[in-house]
Amino acid sequence: MKHLISVQDLSRTDTLHILDTARELDRVTNGGIKLLPTLRGRTVVNLFYEDSTRTRLSFERAAKRLSADVVTVSAKGSSLSKGESLKDTALTLNAMGADMIVVRHPSPGAAHRLAHAGWLDSRVLNAGDGKHEHPTQALADALTIRARLRPEAVDFDGLTIGIVGDVLHSRVARSNIFLLASLGANVVVIGPPTLLPVRIENWPCTVSYSLDAALPELDVIMMLRVQQERMNGTFFPSELEYSRSFGLNRSRAAALPTHAIVMHPGPMNRGVEITAEVADGTRSVITEQVANGLKVRMAIMYLLIGGDVSVA
Amino acid sequence: MTQPLNTASSGPSRTGSRIVADPDDISRALRRLAHQVVENVKDVTNLVILGIPTRGVPLAQRLAKNIGEIEGVAVPVGSLDVTLFRDDLRMRPSKALEQTLIPDVGFDDKIVILVDDVLFSGRTIRAALDALNEYGRPAVVQLAVLVDRGHRELPIRADYVGKNLPTSLSENVSVHLSEIDSIDQVVIHSANASTEGTA
Amino acid sequence: MSLNSYLIVGSRPYGEQVCDIRITNGLISEIGSGLEPGDHQVVKAHDLISLPSFVDLHTHLREPGREDAETIASGSRAATLGGFSAVFAMANTTPVADTAGVVEQVWRIGRETGLVDVFPIGAVSVGLHGEALAELGAMAASAAKVTVFSDDGNCVSDPLLMRRALEYVKTFDGVIAQHAQDPRLTQGAQMNEGELSGILGLTGWPAVAEEAIIARDVLLTSHVDSRLHVCHVSTSGSVAIIRWAKEMGIRVTAEVTPHHLLLTEDLVSSFDPVYKVNPPLRSRADTLALREALADGTLDIVATDHAPHPHESKDCEWDSAAFGMLGLETALGVVVAAMAETPGWSWRTLSERMSTVPAKIGRALNHGRPLAVGEPAHIVLVNPQKTREVVPSQLASLSGNTPYAGMTLPVSVTDVFFNGVHQVRGGELHE
Ligand SMILES: [Zn+2]
Repeated sequence: MKHLISVQDLSRTDTLHILDTARELDRVTNGGIKLLPTLRGRTVVNLFYEDSTRTRLSFERAAKRLSADVVTVSAKGSSLSKGESLKDTALTLNAMGADMIVVRHPSPGAAHRLAHAGWLDSRVLNAGDGKHEHPTQALADALTIRARLRPEAVDFDGLTIGIVGDVLHSRVARSNIFLLASLGANVVVIGPPTLLPVRIENWPCTVSYSLDAALPELDVIMMLRVQQERMNGTFFPSELEYSRSFGLNRSRAAALPTHAIVMHPGPMNRGVEITAEVADGTRSVITEQVANGLKVRMAIMYLLIGGDVSVA
Repeated sequence: MTQPLNTASSGPSRTGSRIVADPDDISRALRRLAHQVVENVKDVTNLVILGIPTRGVPLAQRLAKNIGEIEGVAVPVGSLDVTLFRDDLRMRPSKALEQTLIPDVGFDDKIVILVDDVLFSGRTIRAALDALNEYGRPAVVQLAVLVDRGHRELPIRADYVGKNLPTSLSENVSVHLSEIDSIDQVVIHSANASTEGTA
Repeated sequence: MSLNSYLIVGSRPYGEQVCDIRITNGLISEIGSGLEPGDHQVVKAHDLISLPSFVDLHTHLREPGREDAETIASGSRAATLGGFSAVFAMANTTPVADTAGVVEQVWRIGRETGLVDVFPIGAVSVGLHGEALAELGAMAASAAKVTVFSDDGNCVSDPLLMRRALEYVKTFDGVIAQHAQDPRLTQGAQMNEGELSGILGLTGWPAVAEEAIIARDVLLTSHVDSRLHVCHVSTSGSVAIIRWAKEMGIRVTAEVTPHHLLLTEDLVSSFDPVYKVNPPLRSRADTLALREALADGTLDIVATDHAPHPHESKDCEWDSAAFGMLGLETALGVVVAAMAETPGWSWRTLSERMSTVPAKIGRALNHGRPLAVGEPAHIVLVNPQKTREVVPSQLASLSGNTPYAGMTLPVSVTDVFFNGVHQVRGGELHE
C-alpha cells in the first residue's frame, strides 16, 4: 500500500491490518503515551481545498502525535484560493520534500490524480475528494463498530448496518458501503430515491425506501448529513417532510434492537436527520467515531510512511 | 513466518542451517537465568517482567514462571512492543504492531526486566528503553536475552544471557519457541538461507 | 516525368481486385491492370488498399481564438496524415463562426494551407447562445458556401429555435447538425450516468439527456420536412430512435465518433481527463450497439469530433479538465480496430461511412467520389498489415490529448493524394 485513495483499493487483509494497528495505537496512547517518535523527521502536508476544521485538526493531531513535521495549506488565504492549479501546488510540495500529502478537495478523483499523475513522489492520503470517497472516516467507523459489537471477531458477518439519507452526495457513505460490505456486513441503504445514485442496486448493499420498516433489523444505524443546499432544491419537498420520513428521533430509536448503536460522521444537522436527544443518547457512539478517527489516521500514517518509503 | 527446518541438516554446515540449541538447552538456560535473577534481585515481589514481541513474550512468561516457582510468588509479566520507537523503521516496510500489555501493577519504582530472544545491534533495546520511559519510571531496568550473538552498534549489554553465540555478520540467528513455532530450538542460518523470523 | 502525374501500381481499390490507377492533372485518368508508366511517376502500392480520401464532418480546428491548441494549418496537417481530403470545421471558435466574415476567414486560411479542403460550419445561433438565429443565409451565400450549421459544444435546446433553424436552412438545402444534450439533465455532468458514475462520485450524464433531444428533433424535422444531422451519437437508445425515424422516412442522418466505437466508460476509473469527452464514453453495450448501427447504416457516418486542447487543460483534476479528444490522425486505425469483428463490415462499407456519405451530407461535391475515371484524385493508400503505435509527441496536431497513447492501431495510412498531389508518402507529410 503506497497511497490510500479509496477503500476499494484495500483488500480485506489490508483493512484488518489497519484496524489492528489502530487498535494497538489506541492501547499505546491510552497507556499514557501522548507523543510517539515514529515519524520524527517526516513531513506531512495537510492540503485542504475545502474548509473542514474538524477533519483538518484530526489529521494534524494524528501527524503530530507521531512526531511528524506538519504543514497545513488551507484554501483560505493561500495560493489555493488564488486559483493555483492542483498540479502547481503539487510540484511545490514535492520540492519541499513532503513525505505525505493529506488532501481534501471538492473534485472526485483529485487525490487519485495527485497520487498517479506523476506530479510528485509523496504518499497521498485521501481526506475526502468530492462525492467520491473518505476512506479514513469509513475506517474509523469500522473501528467503532468493531469495538462496540465485534470486539473478538475478525469480521462483521451477521451484522446489519443501515446507512440513511443522502448517499448520492456522500463520500462517507460510498466509503462505508464498500468497506463494511468487504468486512462481511449486510449493508442496507435507506433514503428517498432522489438521494440515491442510479444503479445502486448493483452495489454490495440492499436498498430500502422505508426507514421504519428497516429499523428492527439494524445493529448499526448511520445517519448521513443532509446538506443545507439540497434542502430547498428538487431532491425532496421540505426539511420537515425529510425528517418525518428519514429523521432519527426518539420513537424510531426505540424501534431499534436494544444492542444497536447510532452513528453519524458529523457534522450533524440536529433536528433534521437526527434529534439532539438521540445524538446525545446512550446508543450514540458519535464521540467514539471522532476518537477513532484520530487512531485510524495515525495508523495509516505509520503504515504509509513509517517504514521504507522507497518501496511500494 | 519461520521456515520449517530440516532437522536432518543439523550439525555444522557451511551453507543452510544448523541447530545450536535444542529444547533441553533452552529450558536449562531459562532455569539458570531464573536463578541468576533471584540471586541478583533481592526482592522479587518488586519485579516486573516485560517481553519484547514477538519471541521475547513467551520467553518472559517462561522466565516469570520459573522465578515464581523458585520463590513461590506470582511475578507480573507483560509485553512491550517497541516498533513505534525504533530508529531504524525506515530500513524496511512498515511492520504490523504487536501488543503492548503493561501489568496492572504498572512499573513505577519497580525492577523491570526486559526479555528478548536475541541481542544483536542493541537498537531494539534502545527503542525499548525509550518506550519504557514513556510509560513510567522504573527504579531499575535490566535485560535478559536467550542468545547474545554480538555485533553491538550501541553501548548496551545484557544482565542475563542464556547463551553467548559468536556469529558472523553474514549469518542469521533464529530462536524458535513452541508457543509460536511448535518447537524449541536455536538455529544459525548462513546468509543465503531465509532470513524470515530471524534477528 | 511530369509533375503530379502518377501511376499507382498494384493496390486493391476498396480492398477488392488488384489494379493500377493513373493520376493526371488532379484527376483519375485511367484504371486497369498492367498499365504502362509512360512519363508518370510510379508509386508501388502492392499489398496496399486504395480508398477515396476521407471526409470529416466534425472537426474542431480552434482557429480563430485558440491557436495554442490547434490552427487551421496544423489541423490540416493532422487531417491529411489521417487520410482526409476534407474537414468540416466547427463553429465554436473565438469569435464564433456566426457571420459570413468569420466563415470566409476560416475557409480562406484553409485554402491557403492547401492540404485539405476546409469547409466551415456556421453557428445556428448568435454566439452559440441558443437565443437568436445567426446569419445563416449570409454564411450560405458567402465564399465559404456554408451548408452545415451547428452550435456544437452547445445543444440547440430551445425547441422553437430548433424548429426555426430547421425551417430556415431549407431555403439553401442546408442541414442542422445537432449536439444532442439536454442542458438541465446534464448540469455539472462529468461522465456516463450508471453504476460507475455513482461509485466514482462523478455527476452522471444520463443517456436520456441525449435521447430525449434526438427524439424531439426527429419529430420537429418530420414536421417541417427539413434535414437533421445528429452529431456524435453515443447511446443504444439514440440508435433505436434514429432507426425508427429512418423507417418513418424522416430525413435524419447521424454520426458516430471513433472513440465512442472503441472506448468505454470504465476508463474513467483512472480519473485521467484524457478520457473526458462530450458526450461521455458510454457502456460496453452502447459501444456494441453503435458498431452494429454503423455497419447496417443506421448511423450514416464516422466523424472524428477532433477536439484539441492544450496540455494544461487535461493535466489537472477531472472536474476542471476540458472535454474532448484528438481524432483525425487515429480515426482510420481506431475505426478498423473497433469494427473489424462486426458482421457486415468491409472496406467498401468503411469507405461509404468515412468518405461517400459524409461528403453527401455536407454537400462537398468534389469529395467522397468513387475511385473511377474522371473523378478527383483524392486517394488514400492504407497498409492493412502495418500496425502503428500512437505516440502523442509524434502527432501533427499542436495538442497531445489522444486517449490512444501507447495503443497499437491495426492499420496505417501510408500515402495520400490530394487533388492529385502526392503529399503524404510513407506516412510522412511532404509539403
Ligand atoms: Zn458536440
